[in-house]
Amino acid sequence: MVGNQRMLNCEQVWSEISNYVDGDVEAGLRTAMDEHFRTCARCASVLAGTRNVVRLYGDERMLEAPAGFGQRLEKRLARNAAGSRRGWSSWSAWLVPVAALVLIAGGLLLTNSLTHGRVFKSYHAEPGNHIPPDLVVVVSDGSKIFHVAGCPFIRDKASERTITAKEAMRDGYVPCTRCLRQYLKTELRKQDGAEVADSARAEADEDEDEVFTTAGH
Amino acid sequence: MSEPSVVLNNPGQAGAREQDLILSVQRGQHELFYELVRPYERRVYAAALAILRNEHDAEDAAQEAMLKAFANIRQFRAEARFSTWLIQITVNEALMRRRRERTVVMERLDGHRSGEEESEYAPRDFADWREIPSEALERKEVRQRLAEALGTLDRKYREVFVLRDMEHLNIQETAEALGITVASVKTRLLRARLMLRDLLAAGWEQGWFSRLPFEKGNKPW
Repeated sequence: MVGNQRMLNCEQVWSEISNYVDGDVEAGLRTAMDEHFRTCARCASVLAGTRNVVRLYGDERMLEAPAGFGQRLEKRLARNAAGSRRGWSSWSAWLVPVAALVLIAGGLLLTNSLTHGRVFKSYHAEPGNHIPPDLVVVVSDGSKIFHVAGCPFIRDKASERTITAKEAMRDGYVPCTRCLRQYLKTELRKQDGAEVADSARAEADEDEDEVFTTAGH
Repeated sequence: MSEPSVVLNNPGQAGAREQDLILSVQRGQHELFYELVRPYERRVYAAALAILRNEHDAEDAAQEAMLKAFANIRQFRAEARFSTWLIQITVNEALMRRRRERTVVMERLDGHRSGEEESEYAPRDFADWREIPSEALERKEVRQRLAEALGTLDRKYREVFVLRDMEHLNIQETAEALGITVASVKTRLLRARLMLRDLLAAGWEQGWFSRLPFEKGNKPW
């Protein structure tokens, strides 16, 4: 702190000139600075210029905002206030989009289940895509299931004939889940996972038992 | 819900009107909020611009700050001035955006380049002076020149100067808004004022105020 009994040099005055302008110097220092300004034109110039700066920049006219700023702000605040004013009632406004989302999601789930719902299907519905197309298989009258030769589940053996798997599938036959299981198992495990395959296989076993019974074995 | 508490400490008709508006908004008359903040919209924008230095960002930050003020209006306690409260929210919003945009690294480099604030700043121009009349500010050209001079200051000086000398926060409020010490505010303010003084003196040489009614040969300081 610079004492009021001391003569101040210019650097000391400059270092306090901002506080001096703000009236934030103690009385002794202010007296010493007043005395300095009376005798030092350089520091008087610094003081006057500093006051000019504070006065000009402190003028309200120096605070400018872009054209339309007020209007844009007012609109945004109005939108916000309207939303806030609705309060609890505003949740009802959300019902429409939420209900729409639920419907859309439900529709998607339904579509998904129709197109990818193998877990609900029997082995008999499997197209047998992984069966080698040139594999020679056996079909017979009275059944739309094709087999490998010698399968005990072939119906009406008297009418059996051999064609390729590709031809059988083209003609609407589905693979036997007993003799062609290895191909179906591979496909199911690959696409839906082991649990799905196991579940489907169990269901298929039931279906095949039915086929077996029907076939009169 | 608890009743908002407002301590009336701002005498005068305008102050009383402001307090009425604050209470009304706090009690649910939200549509009055713009009327409450309208007198301060330019100050809020200027504070944001001082920190962000980009008009688009400054406007967005200023609007966001107003929305935050609205959302928190019930927390306002009028021990502080409403304008100060608004400016502080704006400064927080602008500082947060600047941190998010990671420009702070460049700004720090900028600050170091120009020297440490602890070092002394010596004025450069000691010409005879005269007061620049406030009427000079009627001219847009003069206001632009002054704004450009302000824009040349490094961030740390510009922020303090704007909050203290343009937004009229006090030293303590400026320190709190920017998260710096009172001593730093004073040091930066001194440098900002002296640097601007030299810039304006140079502007005088370049004829910024040439159409002002000064006597020939006399500088305004």
